[in-house]
Amino acid sequence: MSAPDRNGAGAAQSTALPHRKTPLGWDEAVDLDKPPAPIPEIAETEVPAELRERIEALMKRYPDHRSAALPALDAAQQLHGWCSPEAIGQVAAVMRVTPGYLSAVATFYDMLRTEPRGRRYVYVCTSVACHLRNAKAVHEAIVDQADAQGLEDFDIREFECLGACDMAPMASIDGRYVGPLDLDDAEELVAQLKQGREPLPGRGLPDPAFKLPWDERGANPPAAPDGPPTRQEPTPP
Amino acid sequence: MSETLETKVLTANFDTPNLHRIDVYEEQGGYRSARKALLEMSQDEVLEQLESSGLRGRGGAGFSMGKKASFIPKGSMDKFLCCNADESEPGTFKDRLLMQRNPHLLVEGIIIGAVAAGANRAFIFIRGEYSLQADILDAAVAEAYAKGYLGERIFGSETGLELVVHRGEGAYICGEESALLDALEGKRGNPRLKPPFPANQGLYQGPTLINNVETLCNAPVIIEKGADWYRQYGEGNSTGTKLVSVSGNVQRPGNYEIELGITAREIVYGLAGGPLPGREIKCWFPGGSSAPVLLPEDLDRPYTFESMAEAGSMLGSGAIIVVDDSIPIVGLALRLAEFYRHESCGKCVPCREGTNWTVKMLQRLDRGEATPMDIAIVADVQENIIGNCLCVLGDSMAMPIGSMIRHFRPEFEAHIEAARDRADREAIAAPVSAAGLAASYESGPGVG
Repeated sequence: MSAPDRNGAGAAQSTALPHRKTPLGWDEAVDLDKPPAPIPEIAETEVPAELRERIEALMKRYPDHRSAALPALDAAQQLHGWCSPEAIGQVAAVMRVTPGYLSAVATFYDMLRTEPRGRRYVYVCTSVACHLRNAKAVHEAIVDQADAQGLEDFDIREFECLGACDMAPMASIDGRYVGPLDLDDAEELVAQLKQGREPLPGRGLPDPAFKLPWDERGANPPAAPDGPPTRQEPTPP
Repeated sequence: MSETLETKVLTANFDTPNLHRIDVYEEQGGYRSARKALLEMSQDEVLEQLESSGLRGRGGAGFSMGKKASFIPKGSMDKFLCCNADESEPGTFKDRLLMQRNPHLLVEGIIIGAVAAGANRAFIFIRGEYSLQADILDAAVAEAYAKGYLGERIFGSETGLELVVHRGEGAYICGEESALLDALEGKRGNPRLKPPFPANQGLYQGPTLINNVETLCNAPVIIEKGADWYRQYGEGNSTGTKLVSVSGNVQRPGNYEIELGITAREIVYGLAGGPLPGREIKCWFPGGSSAPVLLPEDLDRPYTFESMAEAGSMLGSGAIIVVDDSIPIVGLALRLAEFYRHESCGKCVPCREGTNWTVKMLQRLDRGEATPMDIAIVADVQENIIGNCLCVLGDSMAMPIGSMIRHFRPEFEAHIEAARDRADREAIAAPVSAAGLAASYESGPGVG
């Protein structure tokens, strides 16, 4: 189906960053005289089979199917790159909820992108503990390098505490925590992202050899484990 | 040195390779406590053990876990257990370690918690940023299902328990228990009005027990060795061991498991190595960024719930953030306020507006556009946030910012003076242009 053009999509309707008219944190005004968008008809909505199956499996996990809203939006985001009006329409059709309900949810959570900022992400933690270890400068260095090297399709931004203050300053690249970072790491990190390689090998939390520079014990068990498990389909209860 | 200060109960076998696999975990004695709680003990006996162990919630509030579980009404309705793994309190990273290294310990703790509460459905609400830990938990839960430790008739008993790992999508407020329930129901994570408390009307309006990861991870050892054994650790009403996350300006940031009651100095200097050479500690947060800051002389206090409260702060989530003398306090206060402004859900006015005003005032202070009277106004705003909202997010900003102003008012004043001098010099040096003049009018009152 086409993008929901009525009130329902809320902030998801706003345009890409450089063109936005409203200040950060504000939603664009909606026409309150129009009725809200109804639940899209599943028969009239084109939903990729894979996404539909995934959302239906997610809904079965909960006593109330609406509990699947967050993981379903995440699944749609992985497919579309962001929670676009099209993505929200597809989730709404499968979940039998209004697009307005879903965009209200999507705009609340930091990890759900309501603007096309890039399919992959680099979150640089600049919260209190990282702030004490020069995180702002690390973020600026990564942004400068990304501009200089022309890194595209990445959502690079400051993020609130990522729960890895022992690795401060640190960043999460598509969920892989790397740290501690210093300003000189920015160039290498961005270059590796640009080449599509794993950034800073050996310095990510999931890496078997990962160790904080001052830690004799290491963050992972001494014998190399058989790697972190791969993401499995959750068992429906 | 560091070996003797640590007391490893939860993390005792963390160096075992492949501990995240169920066979390795069972070789280490895993799932014996869950079996015991289900097959050999009654619900009341489990509750009794948890309550008399004195185990207090490790997420921040420090409420007795056994008591909390005993509030769940008896009866045959659907009851829920939610494990709060939305560890977002700045400075806290202990649950990340527990879930990454020993996911089955948490699953076993959840089984015991479910027995205590009489719950038949459990959820782990894990923050979306922890995708590695969520993947590990997913795998552990699948292993437990395959073994018959989760699902119907677990361990051959009459009891069933379903467990789902639910990933959040990045919102600090979802660590607040009622906001967590809304997020789990697929809504915006807004805190609810209490009462009714979650024990009576929680998830899907059913009775719900909500516990932090570390709290639940303590349950297996209490059931295995008994409440009396557990109480040998700790001091007064703070029993057991605690994983302390030390971060900030120290030589060895990391997680350390200690017996509650050793001094904060032993943790910060003995375990984390103290400040970097040539630096001195200016202040420290004893329990995450929401705790009022304490001064270096408070380091000699025992690290317990009571002693931190006596000092005017709180043990909170057990996250010590150390700030050294190289850090300007105004910048730190501003960064803290920006965090809470960003994370405020916007439901209650004092928090939504108060966090925003605080950020704006601190920015003006930092730019040299404020007078000493503004410090009094910032402090006053903090006083008017505390206790006036549905949840404690606003208080979590107001308390540390208020404490910074209390302890470091001369530095705030000196910062204003220095910033004003700098702004004046720049204004004199800069040639006056029509555009600059227009900009200064646009930026509104309070400028100059």
